[in-house]
Amino acid sequence: MLSRVAENLYWLARYLERAENTARIVNVNANLLLDLPKGIAPGWAPLVDITGANTLFEEHYKDYGERQVMRFLLGDERHPGSILSALNAARENCRTIRDFVPREAWEQINSLTLYAREGLQKGLTKNGRHPYLRGLITGSQLINGLLDGTMLHDQGFEFLTLGRYLERADMTTRIADVHSATLLPDTDEVRPYDNIQWVSVLKSLTAYQMYRRSAQIRVQRGPVLGFIFKSPRFPRSVRWCIDHIRICLERLPRNEGALRVNGRLVRSLDAVDVEHLSQKELHEFVDELQLGIGDLHQEIAETWFLPTEASAVG
Amino acid sequence: MEIDWSDYDCDGFYDELLAKRGEPRPELGALASDMQALGGDELLARQLAAEVSIKEMGISFTVYSEEGGTIDRAWPYDVIPRVIPEQEWRRVQQGLKQRVQALNLFIDDLYHGQQIVEDGVFPKDVLTKSVNFRPQCVGIDPPLGIWAHICGSDLVRDADGTLYVLEDNLRVPSGVSYMLENRLVTKRVFPELFEHYAPLPVDDYPSQLFDTLAALSPRPAEYPEVVVLTPGIYNSAYFEHAYLAQQMGAELVEGRDLFVGDDDCCYMRTVDGPARVDVIYRRVDDLFLDPEAFRPDSALGVAGLMRAWKAGNVVLANAPGAGVADDKVVYAFVPEIIRYYLDEEPIVPNVPTYRCMEPDAMQYVLEHMAELVVKPANESGGYGMLVGPASTQAERDRMTAAVKRDPRNYIAQPTLKLSTVPTVIKNRIEPRHVDLRPFILSADRQQVTMGGLTRVALRKGSLVVNSSQGGGSKDTWIVPDALIGEHQASGQSVQRQTQTR
Repeated sequence: MLSRVAENLYWLARYLERAENTARIVNVNANLLLDLPKGIAPGWAPLVDITGANTLFEEHYKDYGERQVMRFLLGDERHPGSILSALNAARENCRTIRDFVPREAWEQINSLTLYAREGLQKGLTKNGRHPYLRGLITGSQLINGLLDGTMLHDQGFEFLTLGRYLERADMTTRIADVHSATLLPDTDEVRPYDNIQWVSVLKSLTAYQMYRRSAQIRVQRGPVLGFIFKSPRFPRSVRWCIDHIRICLERLPRNEGALRVNGRLVRSLDAVDVEHLSQKELHEFVDELQLGIGDLHQEIAETWFLPTEASAVG
Repeated sequence: MEIDWSDYDCDGFYDELLAKRGEPRPELGALASDMQALGGDELLARQLAAEVSIKEMGISFTVYSEEGGTIDRAWPYDVIPRVIPEQEWRRVQQGLKQRVQALNLFIDDLYHGQQIVEDGVFPKDVLTKSVNFRPQCVGIDPPLGIWAHICGSDLVRDADGTLYVLEDNLRVPSGVSYMLENRLVTKRVFPELFEHYAPLPVDDYPSQLFDTLAALSPRPAEYPEVVVLTPGIYNSAYFEHAYLAQQMGAELVEGRDLFVGDDDCCYMRTVDGPARVDVIYRRVDDLFLDPEAFRPDSALGVAGLMRAWKAGNVVLANAPGAGVADDKVVYAFVPEIIRYYLDEEPIVPNVPTYRCMEPDAMQYVLEHMAELVVKPANESGGYGMLVGPASTQAERDRMTAAVKRDPRNYIAQPTLKLSTVPTVIKNRIEPRHVDLRPFILSADRQQVTMGGLTRVALRKGSLVVNSSQGGGSKDTWIVPDALIGEHQASGQSVQRQTQTR
């Protein structure tokens, strides 16, 4: 398989996953804000913090108001992490490798991009937002389903899966970090709402129901962190993602370097008692994981993709 | 809509289906009456069905827009096939093989001893002014001595029925994928006609192309690594590049997928590491092939590719420099070239051509510009050419100045009365002018496509068939002569469809 094709498949999956996760985060935050009293609600800034694009945001917008943040995250094509930009990028990556992707999946990627563009104005309104985001999430799940269910599970599929889980691991750590860091101060006044915020973290990941089934205890910080970082059974947990990255890597040639870097990630995760980390320690731990994910991407790119001077993507 | 051939005004031209208004050619009478029996409404329904199929199958071509972007357009196709009797086509095939064989000998000679120039048959001046002559190729011996492995020659039929070669495309001729797709579409929408006429199949082209390319491999391997090199997704022929790669089971690569190693071999970058490439079917123009040898700013090519080619470690098809024989002035010499190298008379004639480099000819061209077609030597796609009868005085003045400035760069030909074929135009059937581009493959043996791509000028009276300028296309049928006769004798016709519950 050509390196360029592998690289395009990998980015196709990453951008698609990025679009879906962004839609999840926005959706859940919107719901959360409805439940919190006005004075103590953290507002919309944390969503931009999650994407790490604060500098870019502040270049173009005066304040972190709902409308501004919404536009930035959903439809601002100057922001490469916006849902619309991510879908455009997914489509561009798919365009040159149409022979490798089932036709129905390509068509679905096309129509999802179209949906994101045409529905944007409605999606930016308060009452149009929920159905718009639901459509994006479902559309992305549909594409993943088509790919899983109809694509040849060959080397190309491994790269698609690698991209998907790497991006998902990355997004999950960001969600945990920012949501927990900007959660309300630990005072008596807000304690009644603490629970609600951890429910929101879980819901960002569609993890609430699965958490209840697997943990069978009430929603509280420690077990929630344990679940979303370490559950070996939940397909959006960091552990699940890293495990599946390892399975993909093992099927690829010349995989020694990438397996080594992935092994380091596994050990970082194993070594930490995530349930009992303080806020600061959690933040440092997420930094460590993010660096590890970055290293893994670097190793994958160096081993299998076009050298950077020959590469147009990424 | 009723089909009434006596309403079909093709007089003054050679129509491929009708001898004159209301009177089908004797050998094709059955096809004309079949169409009539089918009925106009049904024909329109088939045309519509074909257009839907083309969208579903994703058959498209790319046009460059004025804003600098590109647009993907559905491939234009007309449902009425163009029929050529097999006997005639066999002769044309012989003629095309003869022609390409001579052209390959000519190119090889130009890059070696230039005997033809020494012998005074081909003017030195034409060679030194050729923009497609590549000094980098002098002295190179490509496998089997062949430079133009894939040639697309354009044929036209004049009012008296003679088929002429209008030009030869020896660089990166395109269109063959549409020939193949047109046949698929026609099979879908006109299956009953196939039963009667059994046009000779065209579908084996991709495997013939693969065999041609594989025969050139520098390594004697059972499965040589053949790749298709494309300039990328925004090229107007990208659809075809992807199509041919897929049909041949070859990788479709871009320049950045390839590199030339210290051993002067060419490799592609794969997930398993570098993989040696044997034959490159390149659809990138010479000047963009290798930034080391040609344009240093080319991002489409592969640094060192010419080095690897010269060392004989990789084969480029067509060979760099083959375009020297693609020049419209060189075209004017092809009859002489055939006689010189093969000692044979050309089987398929050239269109009579005035070479403006010759003073008498230039004088004639300047005086008769309003009747002639004047073409620059090195343009394709119909760009920069003047069609005398359709031109304005201002256009002719501009062309006169251009010809005087650089006579070597221009040729002129009489305005041919291009033959017509019945074509569905809105709700009517009208005659429209056509040409034909067959493809000739040359390696250890030569093969010519069964027919080719028929292009049709959709605007009334227009002679411009290029799809970039509003041209359409038709399926081309080479029909065994025996079958034409038999069917006519049996007098069968296509059953009109009756809808029942």
